[in-house]
Amino acid sequence: MSEDPRLVRLTVNGVEHAAEAEPRLLLSDFLRHRLGLTGTHVGCEHGVCGACTVLVDGAPTRACLMFAVQAEGSSVTTIEGLAPDGDALHPVQQAFHEQHAMQCGFCTPGFVLSTVALLEEKPDADDDELLDALSGNLCRCTGYRNIIAAARQAREGMKAGE
Amino acid sequence: MSDWIGQSVPRVEDDRLLRGEGRFVDDLHPAGALEAAFLRSPHAHARIVSIDASAALELDGVELVLDGQVLAQQAAPMVFDIAELIPPNVAESTGVTSRVHPMPAIPADRVTHVGQPIVMVVARDRYVAEDALELIDVVLEPLPAVVDAEAALAPDAPLVEDSWDDNEAISFAFTKGDPDAAFRDAAVVVEERLRSNRASASPIETRGVVAAVDPMDGRVTVWSSTQTPFILRDFLVKLLALGPDDIRVVAPDVGGGFGLKGSIYPEEVAVVLAARALGRPVKWIEDRAEHLAASTHGREQIHEIALAADADGKLLALRDRVLINGGAFNTLGIVVPYNAFTHLVGPYEVPALDIGVRVALTHTMVTAPYRGAGRPEVVFAMERALDRLARALGMDPGELRARNLIGPEQMPYATGIVYRDGTDQVYDSGDYPHLLERARAHAEAARAELGGDGRRIGVGYACYVEGTGVGPFESARVRVEPSGRLTVFTGSSSQGQSHRTTLAQIAADAVGVSVSDVDVVGGDTGTLSHGFGTIASRSVVVAGNAIATAGGEVRDRLLELAADRLEASPGDLELRDGVIHVAGSPETAMPIAAVVGPLTPFNPGRPKDAAPVVEAGAIHRPSTVTYAAGAHAAIVAVDERTGVVEVLRYVVVHDCGRVINPTVADGQITGGVLQGIGGALLEELVYGEDGQLQTGSFIDYLLPTASEAPEFVLEHADVPSPLNPLGVKGLGEGGAIGPPAAVANAVEDALADLGVVVRECPLGPSQVRELIRQGQVNTVDS
Repeated sequence: MSEDPRLVRLTVNGVEHAAEAEPRLLLSDFLRHRLGLTGTHVGCEHGVCGACTVLVDGAPTRACLMFAVQAEGSSVTTIEGLAPDGDALHPVQQAFHEQHAMQCGFCTPGFVLSTVALLEEKPDADDDELLDALSGNLCRCTGYRNIIAAARQAREGMKAGE
Repeated sequence: MSDWIGQSVPRVEDDRLLRGEGRFVDDLHPAGALEAAFLRSPHAHARIVSIDASAALELDGVELVLDGQVLAQQAAPMVFDIAELIPPNVAESTGVTSRVHPMPAIPADRVTHVGQPIVMVVARDRYVAEDALELIDVVLEPLPAVVDAEAALAPDAPLVEDSWDDNEAISFAFTKGDPDAAFRDAAVVVEERLRSNRASASPIETRGVVAAVDPMDGRVTVWSSTQTPFILRDFLVKLLALGPDDIRVVAPDVGGGFGLKGSIYPEEVAVVLAARALGRPVKWIEDRAEHLAASTHGREQIHEIALAADADGKLLALRDRVLINGGAFNTLGIVVPYNAFTHLVGPYEVPALDIGVRVALTHTMVTAPYRGAGRPEVVFAMERALDRLARALGMDPGELRARNLIGPEQMPYATGIVYRDGTDQVYDSGDYPHLLERARAHAEAARAELGGDGRRIGVGYACYVEGTGVGPFESARVRVEPSGRLTVFTGSSSQGQSHRTTLAQIAADAVGVSVSDVDVVGGDTGTLSHGFGTIASRSVVVAGNAIATAGGEVRDRLLELAADRLEASPGDLELRDGVIHVAGSPETAMPIAAVVGPLTPFNPGRPKDAAPVVEAGAIHRPSTVTYAAGAHAAIVAVDERTGVVEVLRYVVVHDCGRVINPTVADGQITGGVLQGIGGALLEELVYGEDGQLQTGSFIDYLLPTASEAPEFVLEHADVPSPLNPLGVKGLGEGGAIGPPAAVANAVEDALADLGVVVRECPLGPSQVRELIRQGQVNTVDS
């Protein structure tokens, strides 16, 4: 049952927010409904599908498995933060487009952020490590081949862009 | 002219989806919207004794509680028009009987499957709504349940529908030639009992619906993650006795469907009723537990199949007794059972047939189309039986298939069966032997190349045909905007199939503009008077051809208008890349915007007699389905010690007619294949004997991940369809049809010397180990 709301202060996509949240409010619902950042999608609410993946202090995190109050003081990046204000797409986003690594697009934000997290932590990730990271997210449309190809393209692109 | 059709045009959908700017149903939250949650049955079968929701109603933030008794006063039980549609010649040729019983959106007295809604609560938000569910006191008296289709047909089985005397919902049979004589005289007969496993489509976006009533006129807008917005509108209008224009259904971005979102669901009815009762927007978003329990399931068929052949492997007869688990309601009539029947024989020539199909109701979730809709199930039966026959004959399975395929010289080929639309089933085009020959070449190359790490390598084939582009019709309207851009409206909506790109390519060619100047709007009943939606591999055939026709008319109108301005005859004009000019005189060039721009009321340049709007509508009514086909080959590695199966390479040689966008087409195929591989290796919805769903989360119901994705070899061998102007065939489902059969055949091939016979999927490690143990027992016995 509900408890009194608490003030949560956190940074989302570089913008500081202070908003009230009941302790039980999931981070995914907080981002979607309180902040209107609906690019974070909810596919299973039990931490398997990875559609709700966001970066919390740089680490890929399932927003459906974390309460908003736990993000107090954190810096969160959602899909909206990768190429804000119509900027050119992030190399990972661009690679997903060029490799046709998406169909319905519902799982895409989670895949993109999982890929970004890996390549930022480990720019030289080998193919097995890429596959490992991508296997934490579910896609039901593509058959994954093009997603794997996109992640490889992004790896090369990000290295070249350094 | 085809500047765009056939090109891998990059998707126009991607940019907004990549930026998180998609608009899925759960992203819509009209001002003042409330949220619904459902209390669902924990029992497979129970009498509803009493419901006390008084404490829930007192909870702060709760606005409405709706149970089956109240709902029954507002809406009749759900019956779908298609369930009662049986063409007379289908009935004559098969003697089909189909009993449909109405499905209450929320039952008042009895629940018949786990997950069925009992009470809906509408509250300030989903959290409060779920709090309220816990305060509802429901007394249920459990009743005996039956979950197995064969048990359901036993004389003393508990009844799913009280008013019936048994659980048989559908029955039909078909005979061709003299099957008894063929089996009697055959050199070889094989018989098998084969089972296709129950599966969940599980798009990553679950279902969802938002309904809002316009306070000015009382009209209702329904945003639903449906595949068939027009069918949903027509259904709601009829059920709620509203005027045809009083409900507008919009399918916004939809995150995958795969057939599951082609059904109409109780929650759609309940949410609309709640929005009307409260005068406020109401939203319901399914969670994954609800999805696995209460969104339609697919598959689950038992085949007792027999093949008769001569000593050279020429097929003489096919006998099959098919039993389908229909779940708790016969909602869609003969759709899946009859699809199964008409695709069982597939691309083969079989002179004698003896086929019987029955559907049993059980106390489980309703089964309905899931990508393939009856075809993966029968292909599993037929293609497994063919491999058993090959083994009995000591013949290569590829060779056996080659000897029995219908040849291109036999096209068009009449099967002697009446299709579900009431026409004679005729395969219109295709070169099946070529498809198989290419698949065999790729598969044999793979067999030689792969392996060597101690695991056993196996190769398995599956061939199929698929009737695609089902009618009765689809609609489209093409409009030229003042800017010169085109807007294309169609009844078909997209759940990820890339319509905004592929249908734009069709319109661009039909009119003569750049694809970047076309906007496609699908799935909004406010834009067209009638339409259908996207199911059954139909959109590019029916919507595509409607758009091509409407686009052609728009082009003619533009040329007429320009002819007036250029003082030329329309026949002397060319329209390309959005520019009209007199042939051979590029200096006369006039962009479309210049043609339609002056059509404003007081523009002195407006031709006085010209209609001020340039647009055209068209309906495409296919004469019948057009046949896509494919030959698949799976190359697997099986670890005998652990039972782990890995699909190393998967070959698809495919005929989907003229291809609009090769990259998109290949994406559809690989996606379908991986769903099929999921069914082959991982996925099964399991009910306990008591009717409890034992696979109620993604912890137990396993979807394939990137690690399960094989290397793909895709090859097109496309024969344009002669049945429609564009020459296209459908392709959405094809990829999913072959894999369970091909993978099972490959696993058996890898383990054949151990006496293994594969009779069902999924082939997880424990199942494979058990098959090996069983094979050793059998080998010792014989």
